[in-house]
Amino acid sequence: MIPTTTEIIARCQALFDDLNFTYAREWKAARPGRIVVGYMPFYVPRELIHAAGGLPLGVLGGGEQLEVIQGDAYYQSYICRIPRSTIELGVTNRLDFVDVMLFPSICDVIRNLSGMWKIMFPKVRSRYFDVPQNYRDDVGGEFYIHELAELRDLLAEASGQPVGDDALRASIALYNENRALVREVYAFRARQPWQAPSAEVYLLMRAGMIVAVEEHSRMLREYLAAAAAENRPRRDNSRVVVTGAFCEQPPLNLIKSIELSGCYIVDDDFMLVNRWERSDVAEAGDPLANLADAYLHNSGDTSAKYEPDQAKKGLYLVEAVKRTRAEGVIFASPSFCDPALLERPMLQQVLAAHDIPFIAFKYAENSGQMQPIREQAGTFADSIKLWSNP
Amino acid sequence: MTNPNPSPAIKDSSMLKQKAMIAGNYGKLETAAADGRKVAATFVPGNLNELIMCFDMLNNLPEINAIQNGMRKKTGGYIMEAEKRGHSEDVCTYVKADLGMIAKGNIGPDGQKLPDPDLLLLSYTGCFTFMKWFELLRAQYKCETAMLHVPYQGDGKITKTMVSYVVKQLKEEVIPKLERVSGVAFDIDRLRENLARSARAEEDLVWVLESAKARPSPIDAYFGGVYYIGPIFTAFRGTEDAVEYYRLLRAEIGERLARGQGPVTPAGDMPDERYRLVVEGPPNWTSFREFWKMFYDEGAVVVASTYSKVGGLYDLGFRHDPDRPLESLAEYCLGCYTNRNLPARIDLIAQYMEEYQADGLLINSIKSCNSFSAGQLLVLREIERRTGKPAAFIESDLVDPRYFSPANIKNRLESYFQMVDQRRAGSKSAARAA
Ligand code: SF4
Ligand code: SF4
Repeated sequence: MIPTTTEIIARCQALFDDLNFTYAREWKAARPGRIVVGYMPFYVPRELIHAAGGLPLGVLGGGEQLEVIQGDAYYQSYICRIPRSTIELGVTNRLDFVDVMLFPSICDVIRNLSGMWKIMFPKVRSRYFDVPQNYRDDVGGEFYIHELAELRDLLAEASGQPVGDDALRASIALYNENRALVREVYAFRARQPWQAPSAEVYLLMRAGMIVAVEEHSRMLREYLAAAAAENRPRRDNSRVVVTGAFCEQPPLNLIKSIELSGCYIVDDDFMLVNRWERSDVAEAGDPLANLADAYLHNSGDTSAKYEPDQAKKGLYLVEAVKRTRAEGVIFASPSFCDPALLERPMLQQVLAAHDIPFIAFKYAENSGQMQPIREQAGTFADSIKLWSNP
Repeated sequence: MTNPNPSPAIKDSSMLKQKAMIAGNYGKLETAAADGRKVAATFVPGNLNELIMCFDMLNNLPEINAIQNGMRKKTGGYIMEAEKRGHSEDVCTYVKADLGMIAKGNIGPDGQKLPDPDLLLLSYTGCFTFMKWFELLRAQYKCETAMLHVPYQGDGKITKTMVSYVVKQLKEEVIPKLERVSGVAFDIDRLRENLARSARAEEDLVWVLESAKARPSPIDAYFGGVYYIGPIFTAFRGTEDAVEYYRLLRAEIGERLARGQGPVTPAGDMPDERYRLVVEGPPNWTSFREFWKMFYDEGAVVVASTYSKVGGLYDLGFRHDPDRPLESLAEYCLGCYTNRNLPARIDLIAQYMEEYQADGLLINSIKSCNSFSAGQLLVLREIERRTGKPAAFIESDLVDPRYFSPANIKNRLESYFQMVDQRRAGSKSAARAA
């Protein structure tokens, strides 16, 4: 029997709420030799972790539920929330089962956190995971293949088993399938946003940060079937793209508030790792070369990635608007988030040049007060309607 | 007592030389178009001055413009201008000071119009913001941009792969663009000559910085240090002028050392060295003199600082090497202070604490700068734990006057100096009891 959306989302919500990561603990305990590999936004090649017999675990901070006590002692007031709540998760032993922690090249805060982790949790294998900002195969590609090879060695060392090419190809295939399903959920929501509320899609994607890929793909399939089978009321909402939330996550309530105030979210950049590659990574041939090729030539755009061509700067957002038939863009960025906030004016310029309306606000993962955001988003939704029906 | 009417900081011949060099470079920038000179804009950490010079190009450094404008108290207005134009109050104020200056006509610190760059040479070393900063400038100038991605020393070491990646980018990306923009063909022998001059200047700079191991230290390695690093961090590394500057400086400091003198301050010679500190983090520029005074009034001398390593770390032995020109440029970029991981930064500070016989560590945490600031509270704890010496934490900003609170900082410093006194008294009585 196919579960209902309510049942699927209840499971996702439980996973989301569980800051002790019971699922991952049980997964690890179920078979000797298993490892859990934590990673932070925005991207790591999860295929490699999977091929090493590991569970990739997205560590996205403590959200609104976690009371940060010790973590605050490590950060000044003018630094975003996610590193402090991540430290809190660490020092309260909530991540004590994690064997390897990966810190991708997203910003100086996460970069420095990689070194903090080495000092504070010396038993954990911590690695700063660099990605190339040069997109030539023989330059950035070569560098990246080395990075991937080093990561593969680290994972093999942690799991005590070599990571073979065949295993990696099989993992790539599984993640291709998963990403295709993620893209399908996004496309489904863009077509019928009333059938797939954003809070649900968000929780479904968050589950992908926790559960094994095979299980997540099953959840996505079931959700697609269940959401299509249900009939939900269609509101006269405006259609918006939310951008800037690719690292520290907004509170779930913020996502709900945007929809409640009259905006259907038809695209977003929460958890980019879920659909970083735009289409399948090649499965035949050298798997590291294939992963590198996908990163260089077939991956998403975000602030952490250099755009070599000025003419293309910011067009990814315009394309997202067009693809999803959105009517406006909401810049929702964590306070003190350099990548999001430095990128914002450039994106706004591009949107203005394409006559796409936008608003902007900041949040923290533990923001409680939603009223101002609701009002701002509500006014935006109304103005979009006026704009499109003069 | 110090002189209540501070005279200009340091009037030795090295200082005069440096002033002339800076003025000369701004002068050249101002007449660049008339003189047919091409201009590269680039950053201090990972700057490739020796390479830029091979193409007869001038070097304009937005960070230095922001600093100079900060010291002239112009940045407050520029930052507000940038914020009015949609730049967030949360981001690096160097960026906003630069964008605000451009928005208001791009008048440089000396009151003359700065040229539009012909090339943005984006050396992405030690700070993520650099990339966004130059994307913002590129949107403004629509000029050619060369990206040099310098990988971070995540595991605290420079690997062969990193070096070869940077060298490849130099060969395939940076040098061809410099050739195209300048119309000058690359001559590796010219680069070697420039690098040989760099190494000579670096040798003398290291000697000057290490003179602070003496008691009393003849230099202040932070407030004075920012002057000493000026030429080598900016448009002069690799020039004969820089060689000459460091030769003069070394001779002057040598004399001070021989005479047992302390550092020069804006109030004249510092008579009495009471506290020896290591400082982590950049200074505040808008109230630089006021900030410095809080130290020399108390007899506090900074004997080593990390900020003076941000545009190149030479005291661990690295020198530009004419025999390995591109590789050594790569290693230079990879080795800059903020490109080192946090454990390596802590090791360096701990080493300074010991080698320079410091009484403690002071962290000036900069609101703007995540590259420096994120993690500094752990740095503080670790240094206290490893050295047993007291550490203190103050907060300010680089060029945003809104975030420099003199009363708070002064209070904090005073209690810190008391803490150092108590710690000393404690260790003396413990030694007596033993
Ligand atoms: S929220 Fe922004 S600044 Fe903070 S860690 Fe994430 S990317 Fe970096
Ligand atoms: S963030 Fe720090 S290192 Fe980066 S540009 Fe700003 S002041 Fe410089």
